[in-house]
Amino acid sequence: MSAAILRCRVVQPGALSTVQDLGRFGYQRFGIGPAGVMDRTAYREANWLLGNPTGAAVLEMTLSGAKLEFLSAGRCAITGADMAASLNGAPAPRSRAFDVAAGDVLQFGLVRNGLRAYLAFGGGIDVPEVMGSRSTNLRCRLGGFMGRALTAGDELVALPDAGGEPRELPPHIYQPEIELRYVPGPQQDMFDAAAYQVFDNTAYVVSPQSDRMGCRLDGGNLPTGAGTDIVSDGIAFGSVQVANSGQPIVLLADRQTTGGYAKIGTVLSLDLPLLAQALPGTKVRFRPVRAEDI
Amino acid sequence: MTGGAMNSDLAAQLLPVGDSALLVGFGRLVDEAVNDRVRALCDAVLAAAPAWLEDVVPAYASLLVCLRPGSVSLARAREEIAALLAALPAQTAAERRVWAIPVCYKGEFAPDMADMERLCGLAAAEIVRLHSGRDYKIYMLGFLPGFAYLGGLDERLHAPRLETPRVKIPAGSVGIGGAQTGVYPLDSPGGWRLIGQTPVSLYDPERAEPIFYQAGDYVRFLPITAGEFAALTADVAAGRWQPQLVKAGDTL
Repeated sequence: MSAAILRCRVVQPGALSTVQDLGRFGYQRFGIGPAGVMDRTAYREANWLLGNPTGAAVLEMTLSGAKLEFLSAGRCAITGADMAASLNGAPAPRSRAFDVAAGDVLQFGLVRNGLRAYLAFGGGIDVPEVMGSRSTNLRCRLGGFMGRALTAGDELVALPDAGGEPRELPPHIYQPEIELRYVPGPQQDMFDAAAYQVFDNTAYVVSPQSDRMGCRLDGGNLPTGAGTDIVSDGIAFGSVQVANSGQPIVLLADRQTTGGYAKIGTVLSLDLPLLAQALPGTKVRFRPVRAEDI
Repeated sequence: MTGGAMNSDLAAQLLPVGDSALLVGFGRLVDEAVNDRVRALCDAVLAAAPAWLEDVVPAYASLLVCLRPGSVSLARAREEIAALLAALPAQTAAERRVWAIPVCYKGEFAPDMADMERLCGLAAAEIVRLHSGRDYKIYMLGFLPGFAYLGGLDERLHAPRLETPRVKIPAGSVGIGGAQTGVYPLDSPGGWRLIGQTPVSLYDPERAEPIFYQAGDYVRFLPITAGEFAALTADVAAGRWQPQLVKAGDTL
């Protein structure tokens, strides 16, 4: 049997649906941010369920999902947030590979749990690799599907899918209160003990002004003393930048490559998916860990 | 405090950034010699190309080295970077690359020139002479694709940013903000005072090298007329334009 190639048409795009892979690396030194999926755990799971190659591109949907009509048969997997997906009106499986046929309609709704859902196709989404990645960089209008979020009428095509045995995982259940472990620094010396005291003991709330670039946290600004301006340096995924106002912002996939504000700490990579799935209003606490103990 | 590995490079500190990155800090000064160390280490890390390397982000006085999560322990990566640091040559004898950036400093291309004349107490011709009359070193790229942080703006041209930033500045605009000068590679909001515009594309994702210069290179702004601007714009649109290096014999 020849490998199947899945095709579908976007009937409704959802609030923000972009093609992403792990990110575009090797160009940050030219000022091009990596973009990539926000929730690497859900991303890996979606590709694992289908036996896709590591690095296959998926669709990331934020807050509300897409409505897709399939033009040919293939395999799909849904991970991450629960957007009440339905296949031809019946509930579609989460965290389990399933088949679709030409004419099937897969519809995602408003998010019920979590924030970002991932839809993978057997073989992975076929968009051109730009600078080594299929990720959409919205800021640079680069990569992914024509450098932009999906709109109605777009047609997505998958790479050839050799098929695979059915795989299943337990779906995630995202909590309204999360704890993020972080390593203090790299500008630890710009924050005194009082600032860390506040940071470690505040129940922050995810602000509605959060996006793929960063997660803003409300609930108490940090004492910043002489300010937080630094000579600009590189920013890692999950670094917590503190502006002069004292508000912490966790910098995420669409972060700028460099920035001029001090970072009080950096969230552990294993905990970042929790933040990627945190709806505005989610309570966030930070717990320091020593780099030596990781 | 952080267990930063010290080595022969006494000024360098290796700081953990979460569990998947290390920041090699060379102090907090904007200084040419410091920046040269950053670049030398960046080159060394890229040349060593360890399997765990995800990316590097060189800045004024630091190098962020990002690891592929789960592929290596921080301690191991730190040892490898410390070894590269210890083996860095004291001086890099790289050839000096100077890129020619044609700029039209006139009329519609220089909307803030009149303000600059007033703020600096200089005639436009003198502003152009001072701005184009030297090579600027690229300390780092960041903020936007291909946005170069340049060192060496003449003090007489330092000028405060606009009180209210513009919502949209056209790609290629050349501006001055405080003690810095630079070129906007993309249409972007911004608060720098605009004294000219280049017709060449500093960032072109379709080009084999989307950004043709790198940190450590120099740029020189070459004044052109509006007519030359139009001709170059046509060349760029037709794909006939290629990035140009200033030749060794060229004088300022």
